[in-house]
Amino acid sequence: MTALPLVLTVFVACAVEAVEALTIVLAAGLTRQWRSTILGLVAALVVLAAVIAVLGPTITRLPLGALRLVVGALLAVFGLQWLRKAILRGAGFKALHDEAGAYLREVAAAEAAPTLAKRGVSDWYAFTLSFKGVLLEGLEVVFIVITFGASQRDVGAAVLGAAIAVTVVTATGIAVRAPLARVPENAMKFAVGIMLTSFGTFWGAEGAGASWPGNDAALLVGVPVVALVSLGYTVALRRRARRGSRGRPAAGAHQPEEVTSP
Amino acid sequence: MKRIRAIAGFAYDFVIGDDWRVAAVVVAALALTALAVHVADLNAWWLPPVAVLAALGWSLRRAVGGRKP
Repeated sequence: MTALPLVLTVFVACAVEAVEALTIVLAAGLTRQWRSTILGLVAALVVLAAVIAVLGPTITRLPLGALRLVVGALLAVFGLQWLRKAILRGAGFKALHDEAGAYLREVAAAEAAPTLAKRGVSDWYAFTLSFKGVLLEGLEVVFIVITFGASQRDVGAAVLGAAIAVTVVTATGIAVRAPLARVPENAMKFAVGIMLTSFGTFWGAEGAGASWPGNDAALLVGVPVVALVSLGYTVALRRRARRGSRGRPAAGAHQPEEVTSP
Repeated sequence: MKRIRAIAGFAYDFVIGDDWRVAAVVVAALALTALAVHVADLNAWWLPPVAVLAALGWSLRRAVGGRKP
């Protein structure tokens, strides 16, 4: 199997999380202080890199069968979480992630908080806001990088996909100096959910001792099947939503959501 | 103790998420596949994908329930 699906999946997953982290970093930097915000950002990136550096090689040393069983189960559960939320959002049962709204909420909170110097950082609020935002969004990417990379015995390719995504989103953020509200986050999360669920199921079954017809080529059928069934669920729920909301304003679909939710 | 509970809660939310039943179905499906392969000598490769897609549908059905958007 080539490293392309691995790099692409990690790239898309990382880009989505980076867009959400960028919203928090921009809110902290533009309304508080850039120096403390960047310190928080760098501290979080160092922690995330350390987690990959420690866990990546450790997990890769496990026997492939056991690794694929455990990692396959974790990836399938994790992927189903992403897919479930993306389908509920796509069908209108859950609010779409609104970067512009999230940015305004973060700005309002940042403007109201007092400035406090602590542990050599001149604005502790900007530091912690940036640190927590990047760490929380980054942990999901680290999870995907380690599990996906280890199962394919190619953590390096997964790190490469993540690094390209962070670079692209950061460069765009610097150029635009505003939250990237036009990024089709739900479609990207839907795609990542499909890939994680498909690969997780594939590796989990292999780890359990099953042999796929056609070996790795089974994924060429598995991924489209998961995508089609997921699209089918979305269409069915959308129809249900349309029937249910006829003549009634759609209330639940407009509720704001947590900035850090996947 | 409070901190350990908070970390455990975060880990649960992080991996399992909103519906623990989905995780339970995935684990059960892989365990059954292993049993089928190693005990009954049956190559049950089809079991995990069927279970995963059924679990997703079941979870979505439970999530929307009688709810309107």
